[in-house]
Amino acid sequence: MRRPGKDTATSSRLISKRGLIIGGVQLGFAGLLAARMRYMQVEQADQFRLLAEENRINLRLIAPARGEVFDRHGLVIAKNEPSYRLTMVREDAGDVDAVIARLSALVELDDEDLNRALAEMKRSAPFLPVTIADRVRWEDISRVAVNAPALPGVTPEVGLSRTYPLGPDFANIVGYVGPVSDYDLSKIEDPDQLLRIPRFQIGKVGLEAKMEDELRGKAGTKRVEVNAVGRVMRELDRKEGQPGANLQLTLDHRLQNYVQSRLGNESAAAVVIDCETGDLLAMASSPSFDPNLFVRGISVSDYKALTENEYRPLASKSVQGLYPPGSTFKMVTALAALAEGVITPEETVWCPGHLEVANRRFHCWKRVGHGHVDLKSSLRESCDVYYYDVALRVGIEKISEMAERLGIGIRYDIPMSAVARGRAPTKEWKLSNFGSDWVIGDTVNASIGQGYVLASPLQLAVMSARIATGRAVTPRLLKSVDGVEQPSGRGESLGINENLLRQIRRAMFEVSNNRRGTAYGSRIVEDEFRMAGKTGTSQVRNITAAERARGVTRNEDLPWERRDHALFVNFAPFDNPRYAVSVVVEHGGGGSSTAAPIARDITLQALYGEDPPLAAYPAKDRDRIKALQDRLKRERPDFGTIGKVRT
Amino acid sequence: MSYLEYTVKTVPTGLRKLLFLNWPLALLLTTVACFGFLMLYSVAGGSFQPWAEPQMKRFALGMAVMVVVGMVPIWFWRNVAGVAYLLSLALLLFVEFFGTVGMGAQRWIDLGFMRLQPSELAKITLVMLLAAYYDWLPVKKVSHPLWVALPVVLILLPTFLVLTQPDLGTSILLVAAGGAMMFFAGVHWGYFTAVIAAGIGLITAVFQSRGTPWQLLKDYQYRRIDTFLDPSSDPLGAGYHITQSKIALGSGGWAGRGYMQGTQSRLNFLPEKHTDFIFTTLAEEFGFLGGFSLLLLYVLIIAFCIASAMSNKDRFASLMTLGIAMTFFLFFAVNMSMVMGMAPVVGVPLPLVSYGGSAMLVLLAAFGLVQSAHIHRPR
Repeated sequence: MRRPGKDTATSSRLISKRGLIIGGVQLGFAGLLAARMRYMQVEQADQFRLLAEENRINLRLIAPARGEVFDRHGLVIAKNEPSYRLTMVREDAGDVDAVIARLSALVELDDEDLNRALAEMKRSAPFLPVTIADRVRWEDISRVAVNAPALPGVTPEVGLSRTYPLGPDFANIVGYVGPVSDYDLSKIEDPDQLLRIPRFQIGKVGLEAKMEDELRGKAGTKRVEVNAVGRVMRELDRKEGQPGANLQLTLDHRLQNYVQSRLGNESAAAVVIDCETGDLLAMASSPSFDPNLFVRGISVSDYKALTENEYRPLASKSVQGLYPPGSTFKMVTALAALAEGVITPEETVWCPGHLEVANRRFHCWKRVGHGHVDLKSSLRESCDVYYYDVALRVGIEKISEMAERLGIGIRYDIPMSAVARGRAPTKEWKLSNFGSDWVIGDTVNASIGQGYVLASPLQLAVMSARIATGRAVTPRLLKSVDGVEQPSGRGESLGINENLLRQIRRAMFEVSNNRRGTAYGSRIVEDEFRMAGKTGTSQVRNITAAERARGVTRNEDLPWERRDHALFVNFAPFDNPRYAVSVVVEHGGGGSSTAAPIARDITLQALYGEDPPLAAYPAKDRDRIKALQDRLKRERPDFGTIGKVRT
Repeated sequence: MSYLEYTVKTVPTGLRKLLFLNWPLALLLTTVACFGFLMLYSVAGGSFQPWAEPQMKRFALGMAVMVVVGMVPIWFWRNVAGVAYLLSLALLLFVEFFGTVGMGAQRWIDLGFMRLQPSELAKITLVMLLAAYYDWLPVKKVSHPLWVALPVVLILLPTFLVLTQPDLGTSILLVAAGGAMMFFAGVHWGYFTAVIAAGIGLITAVFQSRGTPWQLLKDYQYRRIDTFLDPSSDPLGAGYHITQSKIALGSGGWAGRGYMQGTQSRLNFLPEKHTDFIFTTLAEEFGFLGGFSLLLLYVLIIAFCIASAMSNKDRFASLMTLGIAMTFFLFFAVNMSMVMGMAPVVGVPLPLVSYGGSAMLVLLAAFGLVQSAHIHRPR
């Protein structure tokens, strides 16, 4: 113990003083802390509260079910099917490799997918599920479920994926869906948030693409609470989305299937339209493809095979294909001339086999000529010279006008991709598009549907329906959207003298019912269902004078792509027209030999609603038809196994 | 006045000393510790494990240590001050070479039942030593340059060792506490003015040296300063802690989001939520009322310490009490400033509330010294 200093009292006072100073400073600082706390927690509380909510709450989208598509009888064309996939959570699996090994003994795993999944698993948080196998079969899923205890972390999950039960039959109309791409997004202004969902499926082509907005539906949302690393802790609330609208088409699945198979492997298109309502009952384009391949993600080789096929399976030829209508256009020329009164039905024209116009010789298909021809025989025997003559009298403008009135050169509002407008040429059109004047030879060519005239199979069917009814029938593909019936395509009167139309129809009747008619071989013998039609054979090349001198080369001797297109239009029954049909077989040769039999078979199928009795066919064809019917019947899918939405 | 001037007989003896404990102070400490238990229970998601229960046990042990230390006569503690200081220096040197590396720094010695952080110990032994030094030094000499230089060396020795661990937070605390001791002892104002001026110079040097081979701080320490100055510049990177901490604190509002309802801590947005950032959880769940209450308790603890020091005529006792109060103040002031975005994140726990064994034990032992000074004060 040391002696006490003398200055202890002073020292004590000093300590007290300085202690109080520091105490004051400490109190001051505590006050500062309190003020800061108050500022943050009282004044700025709302702002921080908001930040905390943003931190914790994630808005997740719930994909709505895409609208389904079905035919006029309610048979499903495009639907959403549960698709199963296997996901794995690394954190639950423990030994990932061992679990994968056990899993691959049960389910066939794609090596490529597996490696991608394993890489993804390494990258992402251990609690996030990673898809290890997509589109797993139900049997595999059940096998996994049974062995669940041996497969920790592996969960079968179900999602919805688009399927087209009838595959190729509707591919050219309905199109297909696929995962949204950056390109898709770049085309859309202000895209729906749904499209930001990875691998979200949107319509790529056809009806699926055109009706995308209706089919997609509205996204639902759920608010989930997440922690700092993004793990979902719980769902706070959920607002269900709105499923997409269901679309009912006017198509008839049986007829569509029949038409598609009847066209077979030809590069061809056919359209069946209801003369009264404009309902499209079938719209086929062949060859077709399986749209399901695209939904799954088509392989490069499959895709290449489709794009490199010269028959263009991916094109919807029924609405996109434009062909010179050939002789099927003759009704247009005739009606234009008759309506203008430049010719009467009884008036005859002399056909010597050719016509000299402006120092150029235009040939009739029949070198020796038809002799005296009137309206009926000219259409029946498809005399070209008659039409050259009347076209020169009436002029291209009136012909074009009539063509548009009958439905050629008009774009129809059909929800399909790239619906073609076709062309009813005018002088003005040629000048603005080619920069050259319309010449008289152009009119001559146009009179028989060659030259600048172009029509799609759909337009030809519409033309036929309009002639049959005298009304401006417009095609309708959508029967109802979300249960709401769409306007019918019945149309108003065309304003063409009914008497003239009757003359044309009568002439068309003779085409397939008179022995001299170009389509007599493809007639219907059932009295009730007799059809009226018109053949067409349109050239895709110019026949040079030299060739003509050598004699016309037979179509079969030409390479495929230079052969003539075969066309046929008809309506039936003649007395009370119900259906109009058009058939175009690309480079198929002659309209009467190739297109007319197909059109006749389709028409009968449409009229009977099933395989027609052989009695409807000319006797000598029946064996052949029987064989064809049997073959198609074998190939026909069992519609009973495909779901129905409603009837 | 010193101990010879009052008879030892007036000092309570034996278990009677318990009656003379500074009971209000003990009660305040317990209340603060209860805040800690409550929050540790909450951040564990409503569970006594893994933090609340061990913390309670340690607090009980710590209180026992406090009482035991408090019963030991204050003159004993003054006499062992030098030894204690040397021991803590030795321990600091030991961890420098043999310590366990945790969080990138050599900080603690694993004693099996607890992890001893010599730097925690050093804060108290430094205060003890300086109190003893100024008790020994005649008052007239305190401002003499030579007698000023000696305590500066005594402060800088442990500071340097802690800084090389590296533990910037503790070294700042050591310097501040040591400086405060010198101030209490009556060292001339001029010295402090000079040191503050020099400090500003040093800070400039620290920033100037950045990027050069002789840079004074580690890169992560520079980054912490950067993010302190502008936390929003990198909200997902280095500024994440500060930003999330401020969000938690601010979103508490006036009355808080309710016990165990704090989303920021519940969902792991908060870093170190059971240790350095526990105050944010408290402020988030109990709001301004909760945070301010805790601050008030801390201020009361300081007030009781200062009052005790004022009323103690013994120079060693009052200096040491003030020093410990200062250390305690520095703990919570730095921690709170840090979580409120007023200071860089330096890794200083919230005293008695943050989870941590050795810090709490050492702190309660220090309050034991305060109790000892209180019990054995001259009467």
